[in-house]
Amino acid sequence: MNKVETPPARFTFGKILTVVGPFLGLLFVIGIFSIKPEVREVFLTGGNFKIVLTQTVIVAIGALGMTLIIVSGGIDLSVGSTVALASVVGAKLLSLPQPWSTPAVIAATVLAGAAVGIVNGSLIAGLRMMPFIVTLGMMGVARGAAKWLGENQTVNYDEKAAVNTIMALDEPYKFLPLPTGVWIVIGLAVVMAIVLRQTVFGRYVFAIGSNEATARLCGIRVQLQKVIIYTLAGLLFGAAGLMQLSRLTQGDPTVAIGLELDIIAAVVIGGASLSGGTGSILGSMIGAVIMAVLRNGSNQMGWPTYMQEIIIGVVIVLAVALDKFRQSKQA
Amino acid sequence: MSGVQKSFGATRALKNVSFAVAPGEVHALIGENGAGKSTLMKILSGAYRADAGTIEIDGRPFIPENPHHARRCGIAMIYQELTLAPHLSVEENILLGAEPATLGWLNRSKRRAIARCALDELHSGDISLTALVSTLSVAQKQIVEIARALISEPKVLVMDEPTSSLTQVDTENLFAVIKRLCERGVSVVYISHFLEECQRIAQRYTVLRDGESMGAGAMEEVKLGDIIRLMVGREMSDIYPRTPHRLGAPVLEVKSLAGSPKPRAVSFSLREGEILGIAGLVGAGRTETLRALFGLDRIRDGVVLVSGRERTHSSPARRLDDGMGLLSENRKEEGLMLNRSLADNLTATSYSPVATIGFVSTRRQRETAQAWIEKLQVRARDTAQPIAELSGGNQQKIAIGRLLHHDAKIFLLDEPTRGIDVGSKAQIYRLMGQLAAEGKSIVFVSSYLPELLGVCDTIAVMHRGVLSEARPAEEWTEHSVMASAIGQMN
Repeated sequence: MNKVETPPARFTFGKILTVVGPFLGLLFVIGIFSIKPEVREVFLTGGNFKIVLTQTVIVAIGALGMTLIIVSGGIDLSVGSTVALASVVGAKLLSLPQPWSTPAVIAATVLAGAAVGIVNGSLIAGLRMMPFIVTLGMMGVARGAAKWLGENQTVNYDEKAAVNTIMALDEPYKFLPLPTGVWIVIGLAVVMAIVLRQTVFGRYVFAIGSNEATARLCGIRVQLQKVIIYTLAGLLFGAAGLMQLSRLTQGDPTVAIGLELDIIAAVVIGGASLSGGTGSILGSMIGAVIMAVLRNGSNQMGWPTYMQEIIIGVVIVLAVALDKFRQSKQA
Repeated sequence: MSGVQKSFGATRALKNVSFAVAPGEVHALIGENGAGKSTLMKILSGAYRADAGTIEIDGRPFIPENPHHARRCGIAMIYQELTLAPHLSVEENILLGAEPATLGWLNRSKRRAIARCALDELHSGDISLTALVSTLSVAQKQIVEIARALISEPKVLVMDEPTSSLTQVDTENLFAVIKRLCERGVSVVYISHFLEECQRIAQRYTVLRDGESMGAGAMEEVKLGDIIRLMVGREMSDIYPRTPHRLGAPVLEVKSLAGSPKPRAVSFSLREGEILGIAGLVGAGRTETLRALFGLDRIRDGVVLVSGRERTHSSPARRLDDGMGLLSENRKEEGLMLNRSLADNLTATSYSPVATIGFVSTRRQRETAQAWIEKLQVRARDTAQPIAELSGGNQQKIAIGRLLHHDAKIFLLDEPTRGIDVGSKAQIYRLMGQLAAEGKSIVFVSSYLPELLGVCDTIAVMHRGVLSEARPAEEWTEHSVMASAIGQMN
């Protein structure tokens, strides 16, 4: 075979904007909160950014799983309930007269999330049901199961349990050391980015989200892949449940209500399309940080919570509107 | 329209196009894909703005602001992809956006009357006004689409590839409809790749190439060869090149295959190096046969042998493992992942040559894709370009390239040349010949008889779900194929 010239990949303005866009959004948001000098003193400190990153952890891990699902053209509304269920499972095992060992608790919490995911995936794939409906149902089922398991109250356990150290803030006024949870998110994000970009499985996820009929035509076992996608995402939601447990230091079955919306917002701000086929881990992670910065910054500004809600809502719509505008310019 | 220019970024889609249509005439707009026909018509219908040039209707200058404005000014457009709402009824579709109403209150009886009147005018009163559009045949949908265009009393009706999914019988009906429209003084701009059709229906023609008008004149005074020369800028001495090839042992044997509800009975034996053509009317069950063979649809009855082994029930994944590949008739909705890159579309069935233990090597994937782009002469910027940005012919080459990359032995090609330009068509015919010469086998489904007769070794005809016996192509004529397709066996 004769030698093939490979032309260098071309970078157009639009492509650069796709990559840098969410970053610019983050800088913009940070900039806004840094305008007032008295707020800047508190806001722009290592200690505060440590808090922001710690507050990002749960949404960020959830966004890793959600990115996978949204890129494949699906949606998961049961994340909040799954996180609550997983954290109650962990707390329950720690509150036993003979508590399970830390690794066993971690494994059980994460697997509880995976169990929910595998049920979601099997129903969506096996019965060819809409992910929206299946996970809407699961939202209620998992929440109810969490309350049942916790006997409708918070599950307390020994405060000195090793699980609680994952999200603990040592030296609160310095940026480093970051809590273990933040490092775990960074590690998981790198792994998921590689999975999504560099593996055949990742290409299948994009293929299914881009055009399911084509994926089937190309011999991709679409239904099997969907089960894998939702299960893998469930594992991550279980991990988010572990973080939730560590942060609250107790199992609360009513925690993380509406978390799925924050997570979906983070993924969408990060450039994913709800119709599937586009999205990136880096974008979703920045989206998650933007959400946390908005919350934290609004607190520092002394804005009431209803203002925060309005602002976050506006930012979500604005981010997607900008994305649409950019795409129409490109075309 | 005169001196029309339009650029997209650095690409000059239209350099200098002039185009005139007289009242009541059918004017064929001819050109390869990417020549600028669609762009020109989108400017006329208000979807795009021209960078320069003028448009006049009845001598008055006309600047279409948007599709709605153009429509009110008498320009109606029927696109290649039908734009009906499948869940609505026929009458709802015909009057969509033009519902007769008083203060927002829908006047149902008036709507029915107008819709009835429009269909009667097309001599298609047999289409039920209350039927859901999704239950109609492609030809009937087309009639509904035309009826909808007629509601606005257009002066100019633009039809983009109206017959690409119609059979010969339906095409004849459509031609009758077009003639009636012309008698009413409506001008029709007829865009088609089927030059024989253009020759029959149109009085005048304009040829576009690379965004310029190359020539125009009366259809009667021009030869087909001259038009082709204007289109491609080169001699097309041989549209159907034959590569000599020998037939070997049977690789795919199908015995009384039946699906639900179609096909009803399909039997054939495909040999190594054979190109088997399947002709028939749209809806006869040809696509369903290929889908069932490929494991996309359920097989109800019958036996399928691949290389002598029983392989009746299967899935697309297993069929691909057996070395079979299907080219979908529906490039946009099924064949390709439009927002994904060229490279991903090419390698989707088979990542193993470009991946190590599940990790894709971007570099190897790019090199592989680049090699196919060059081999298939695909016009594209680079391998990362989203496939939606390519022209139809180039998209189709990528879709076929996927089967080549997969190294398929049996090719099931469903309307591989639909809606693509003459140059790409000739390339695909040549490729099919080469594949056969390499010992690959091809099942070639097409509604375009000249290409079946020109390319195939053997041809079988499908009629209402039943496939006739395959006979050597030399024994068929266009007339005898048509006769079998409509069920008049001789």
